[in-house]
Amino acid sequence: MKIDSSLPLEYSTEENRLKIFGFWIFLGAEIMLFATLFAVYFTLHTRTGSGPDGAEIFELTPVLLETFLLLASSFTIGLGVHAMRLGNKKAMMTFFIITLILGLGFLGIEIDEFVTYVHEGATITTSAFLSALMTLLGTHGAHVTFGFFWGVAILIQVARRGLNPQTANKAFIFSLYWHFLDVVWIFIFSFVYLKGLIS
Amino acid sequence: MSMEELFHPLQEPMILAAAISIVVGAVVVVAGLTYFKKWGYFYKNWLSTVDHKKIGIMYIAVALLMLFRGGIDALLMRAQTAVPDNGLLDAQHYNEIFTTHGLIMILFMAMPFVIGLMNIVIPLQIGARDVAFPRLNAVSFWAFAAGCGLLNLSFIIGGSPDAGWTAYFPLASTDFSPTVGNNYYSLALQLSGIGTLLTGVNFITTIFKMRAPGMTLMKMPMFSWSILITNVIIVFAFPVLTVALALMMLDRQFGTKFFAMTDGGMDMLWANLFWVWGHPEVYIVILPAFGIFSEVIATFARKNLYGYKSMVMSMVVISLLSFLVWAHHFYTMGHGVMVNSVFSITTMAIAVPTGVKMFNWLLTMRHGKIQFTTPMLYALGFIPIFTIGGVTGVMLAMASADYQYHNTMFLVAHFHYVLIPGTVFGVLAGYHFWWPKMFGFRLNEKLGKAGFWFIAISFNVTFFPLFILGLDGYARRMYTYSASTGYGPLNMLSFIGALGLAVGFALICYNIYYSWKHMPRNEKADVWDGRSLEWATHSPVPEYNFAIVPNVSRLDEFWFAKKEGRDITAGKIEKIHMPNNTGTPFWTSGFLFLAAFFAVFSLWIPAIISMLVVFGFMALRSFENDHGRYISVEEITETEKSLRGDK
Repeated sequence: MKIDSSLPLEYSTEENRLKIFGFWIFLGAEIMLFATLFAVYFTLHTRTGSGPDGAEIFELTPVLLETFLLLASSFTIGLGVHAMRLGNKKAMMTFFIITLILGLGFLGIEIDEFVTYVHEGATITTSAFLSALMTLLGTHGAHVTFGFFWGVAILIQVARRGLNPQTANKAFIFSLYWHFLDVVWIFIFSFVYLKGLIS
Repeated sequence: MSMEELFHPLQEPMILAAAISIVVGAVVVVAGLTYFKKWGYFYKNWLSTVDHKKIGIMYIAVALLMLFRGGIDALLMRAQTAVPDNGLLDAQHYNEIFTTHGLIMILFMAMPFVIGLMNIVIPLQIGARDVAFPRLNAVSFWAFAAGCGLLNLSFIIGGSPDAGWTAYFPLASTDFSPTVGNNYYSLALQLSGIGTLLTGVNFITTIFKMRAPGMTLMKMPMFSWSILITNVIIVFAFPVLTVALALMMLDRQFGTKFFAMTDGGMDMLWANLFWVWGHPEVYIVILPAFGIFSEVIATFARKNLYGYKSMVMSMVVISLLSFLVWAHHFYTMGHGVMVNSVFSITTMAIAVPTGVKMFNWLLTMRHGKIQFTTPMLYALGFIPIFTIGGVTGVMLAMASADYQYHNTMFLVAHFHYVLIPGTVFGVLAGYHFWWPKMFGFRLNEKLGKAGFWFIAISFNVTFFPLFILGLDGYARRMYTYSASTGYGPLNMLSFIGALGLAVGFALICYNIYYSWKHMPRNEKADVWDGRSLEWATHSPVPEYNFAIVPNVSRLDEFWFAKKEGRDITAGKIEKIHMPNNTGTPFWTSGFLFLAAFFAVFSLWIPAIISMLVVFGFMALRSFENDHGRYISVEEITETEKSLRGDK
């Protein structure tokens, strides 16, 4: 395997460059996936049947907290990748661990939010609006959950094998995925929650 | 659910017979492999392969198998309607058959056939040693195969989907389709759809990043261009299907209200989501065929492809328009005049770039020395027949006129007139054209041509009467009609045509057997005097594709080099890096299949356990340290010598 040491570790082999390019294409598909879910949500968000509408169930505090946690995690993973480029394995791992903990915090609040909705009688089967809302949030949450386990797997590998072109490549691609989840969340925060609270 | 309920389709004698033949066939294969002690060989060389050429061959094998499954469905439909008041099939059985016919022909025959050809040809045509992600490619195939198996299983266990291949709501809801048939629909399509999406990611990366040195995008052969555009459409369209199918599953199995008639649900949302994917899907199966025709016509007219740039441009325009026309599938479902007008205009606009391509093919042939080989016959047959399909398409594109044609046999005739000459002739042309690349010998030309004539003539006998029937008001999806309608004779004619088509496809399959027995081996690599890089390497192609990666400086470099007497594959052989085979994709998809199968029957605990195994495989893969292997210079030299035929 030829290693081009003029490039950052994650780009240093042909295979690594292919994987990063391929992952960008995959993210294109993910954008389409979430765009479709958003389209479904916007089609159905006023169709509440006899159930509650967004203004009745949304609460700003937990959502702001979720937003803060996820944005912070996007920042810390950026620091992690920066540490990785400097070759500082310990700092990189620390930042990745903080990222995952922030992600867990996000998930905790989201689960609590879902439980609250269900207690208020707003379940996924109540109305088309709630079906669309919970599917959109649930898909994002499932992505974060998957990302958590993915991140753990990468951390174990970095701990065992150190930073090499393979582990750096995996960590970098994971960071792309994590940033993407953050971008999706910003859309959810603005166009689902804020818009829902206003109307 | 009682056993009786589970296996209720088996109470039909016809399905029982089919089920028994499937079981007997499977037993024969298993017994054969055991008797000849070929399990090891089979696992090592096929089930665990990551070689794009073998994966391509497996795709085509499944596609041919499904051609027969879908073909028998078609024959049954035509037989049922051949005479008035026929009692061969009951209404429910007829519903299931037209549903699975549509699903299988589009998603499990046309698309895998196209993907099979692209797997075999694309890396060769762009001068690459492999695809970008060989293991992912195996995952794609096995996910597709799992979906295909699941849909066919519905035939025996639990009942087939019966709400049409479009599965419109509320018809496809649990209220109106209470069997598990439509659960099979949502999960089988989901599995194979994921496979297709991954193929899209893989081939975009391959084509963008792995072209031979010097091959800029505008020096790429037309088939590679068509595949690049097709895969871009796949990556944009398939996630929509993924979402639509997931919502369908949620509605049917978890009681959500997306497409419900109560609690704010919107049944039209399904129609929109389905066709936002479904219309681009039409171009996913047709653009590769356009690419194949471009290669075949240029090769056998012995001329450069006329208007290369306009060919590329027209495909790009078609791909963009393909996303802007979806509502023409349901003009009559009550959106306003404005919406219908916009979709009417965008739909008709597609005729323009398609027309550009037609004229380019005709002008390519002008003053050419045309060789009437089997692939060329398919390409030539395509032009007039597809034009009829295109013209009737413009008729249907006019929203106001469509109120007359909609849901009649006219529509059915139209899309068969587009899809059969377009896709089926296309993949058959490609199949005959590239067969020597796969196996090292040619298919028999006489049998191939006989197959073509049977198919081309019978096709028109089958489907032309349907235009007339449709204009007379014969609605589609009717399982029977009375004699007083006068629809009998034309339907009978159509049935006779369908029998002819069956003979044509049987000839194509017989040709495999015949050619395997009788056609000469060790033919020269460049059997057709071809133009692009796939003909620069041996037939059959060695594992590493090219011993020396060719350098390219213009379009059809291989062709010009041949004329100038240059060898573009000369140079010093070096060791080649290749990926290792792996059984993981096969087993992962096996558990994916199990998860989906349990989910069909809402057995969530075993489904979740199976999914955990799938995630376990993914984690294992992440921890694996497999850097592939190298093929040594001596080994390459040996292989090259034996393939060249000098001992």
